[in-house]
Amino acid sequence: MSDLSYVRKDMLPEKAPPVSEVGAIGWLRANLFSGWFNSILTVASVYLIYTLVSSILPWLWSPTWSAGSLSECREIVAELGKEHGGACYGVITERWQQLLFGFYPQELRWRPILTFVLLFVALAPVLFTDGVPRKMLWFTGLYLFLAPWLMWGGAIWTPLLVIAGLALGALAFRVLSGVIGALGATIAAIVAPILFWLFLVGPLSSALASIIPLGIEVVESRLFGGFMLSVWIGVVAIAISLVLGVVLALGRQSDLMIVKYLSVGFIEFIRGVPLITLLFVASTLLNIFLPPGTNFDIILRVMIMATLFASAYIAEVVRGGLAALPRGQYEAADALGLDYWKSQRLIILPQALKISIPGIVSTFIGLFKDTTLVSIIGLLDPIGLTGSIRADANWNGIVWELYGFIALLFFLSCFTMSRYSMWLERKLRKGHS
Amino acid sequence: MKKSVFLGALAVTGMIAGTAGAATLDDVKARGSLKCGSNSGLTGFAAPNANGVWEGFDVALCRAVAAAVLGDPQAAEFVPTTPKTRFTALASGEVDMLVRNTTWTLSRDVDLKFTFTGVNYYDGQGFMVPKALGVSSAKELDGATVCIQTGTTTELNLADFFRTNNMSYEPVPIETNAEAQQQYLAGACDVYTTDASGLAATRASFETPGDHTILPEIISKEPLGPLVRHGDDEWADVVRWTLNALVAAEEFGITSTNIEELAKGTDNPEINRILGTEGTMGEMLGLDADWAKNAIMAGGNYGEIFEKNIGESTPIGLARGLNAQWKDGGLQYSPPFR
Repeated sequence: MSDLSYVRKDMLPEKAPPVSEVGAIGWLRANLFSGWFNSILTVASVYLIYTLVSSILPWLWSPTWSAGSLSECREIVAELGKEHGGACYGVITERWQQLLFGFYPQELRWRPILTFVLLFVALAPVLFTDGVPRKMLWFTGLYLFLAPWLMWGGAIWTPLLVIAGLALGALAFRVLSGVIGALGATIAAIVAPILFWLFLVGPLSSALASIIPLGIEVVESRLFGGFMLSVWIGVVAIAISLVLGVVLALGRQSDLMIVKYLSVGFIEFIRGVPLITLLFVASTLLNIFLPPGTNFDIILRVMIMATLFASAYIAEVVRGGLAALPRGQYEAADALGLDYWKSQRLIILPQALKISIPGIVSTFIGLFKDTTLVSIIGLLDPIGLTGSIRADANWNGIVWELYGFIALLFFLSCFTMSRYSMWLERKLRKGHS
Repeated sequence: MKKSVFLGALAVTGMIAGTAGAATLDDVKARGSLKCGSNSGLTGFAAPNANGVWEGFDVALCRAVAAAVLGDPQAAEFVPTTPKTRFTALASGEVDMLVRNTTWTLSRDVDLKFTFTGVNYYDGQGFMVPKALGVSSAKELDGATVCIQTGTTTELNLADFFRTNNMSYEPVPIETNAEAQQQYLAGACDVYTTDASGLAATRASFETPGDHTILPEIISKEPLGPLVRHGDDEWADVVRWTLNALVAAEEFGITSTNIEELAKGTDNPEINRILGTEGTMGEMLGLDADWAKNAIMAGGNYGEIFEKNIGESTPIGLARGLNAQWKDGGLQYSPPFR
């Protein structure tokens, strides 16, 4: 009797799950055909996708890369006997360089390319905080002056003198802080370089250039165009607006009344005005109000307006981050005896900015796409260039191919930015809930 | 009260800006380049080619002026402008002259303070319809849907035309010519109306141009020409007489091929005066003696420029029509070089 047992002593080996629950079939059952309603939806969706793809693909698949005009494209497509016509890629073959670089001189195009590559070198220490030596931040600082010089060209002395202006400001602060106090020294440190830049950089630079002519060929703003123009305006506006936006957000929370109301007034005014209005102010009104004979670069004007616009939005996004921080964080910083700037830098802003990342990045993506609005004031960004390209008798009548190409460029850029922000969020998640 | 102060300030700054470029000719010479406001893209009139070099009928006039003043047609720089920004660009001194298929009207000449220095293309508003519609005259368009660019003189002309003929229409507002082509081809409107030159260029780009017809009626006058700032008569003279030189060159048979031959001296004193071998025409304008020769060599005489950019040998295929020489029944007529 003792060897009889009603309890199984050893485990049965696991059986393979039924075929209908795993693998491709199981996945299909679980996700696509889990009920009669979902099955109908699935079939309908598949049919819809099939019709879309089957009508777009033949159009996309069109060997017209070498065609020299729209009529040549039409001949090629007609020879192939396509029913619904085909895309005409000849225009991309002929004009892709123009769509990318505008009218930037061909032999100088290495300059915007180099600027673009160096942008990532300069951004590396900022974007990827570990694995990149901190000393590279020096290069980031230098890049701020190097990039405009590479893009616009001119004497090497101008960017050097601009840096010298910063040094002058620092010097003024050092010397004067002992004489007239911290506030006066701060104001002097801001005013001195601005005066220096406005009145002395121009003459000094040309004087130095006449003694030692060191420089690269000047490229005028009207030659800027295409995707390069969008990226250039976008990058400058993004970089400056982030700094300006944080300052404005802090200003809005400040206890100093004048600072607070100036910030509030600026933010509310800019947010209350459409970007296109600001662009029209930049392109037409400023022309009339500025003293006659001033040649204020149109791209610079647009950059300033785009920067001001974005900084107001960034300020509000960052303010959201500041508001989301528990009150205890502020009190803890005070309890540690940190002064205002130290507590902001070490405790408040790192946390607030982390919370604001999704908002900041979507503002940036929006700003980057908004740069196409400059086509309305006559700058030849990719959208503006489509009109010029269509004005060529060879390509008159082409629409989809050009816009498709531009959409692809913008999608790649924006998608990269969005992926980066998600990666950054994951990396910065420190685990406190 | 406040408003009037603001307007006053605006007027003062406007006046300052107006006097700014009082000596455009000197500015251009000192700068070594001519800044020309151009269309950002209009088939046959102004467009950059694949190498970024601007070409077209309006562009050729700019190059001629650059050649007359600076001796180099490539010294012309082109600033693309839109219908909205073109007048401010000129008034503020951002460009020296505007050649952007701009219609010469009283209000632009008088109220906006510009000086039109001639007409390089006589245009007029026309209609294009599909042949399948079976319409042969604009008078038969009662009740039609019409694609029309908003904010232009064409919109007002259209309303006037239908009202005087006691007909009704339904407008389909569109923003750009490219949009109009798509809408028209998709059948969103029965009729597309714009300047006749634009209609011809649009029709030439269709897959089957033969299926569409341009109606014979021209319902408006659109004299398109170069303009400069009001109050700078020396500069206006330069632009005006450069255009006249191109027109006169065609009249007297001076072409880019025989100009070197003719410049050695001919029996015709007027040709000699134009080409600078007799008289002091250039000096009077403040230019070199061979200013007109340079201008004509830049792109040929008026007829050559027309043929090369918009004439019957191009896809746009415009006939000379009103733009023929006065001897051939057209309106292009240059005052004498004397």
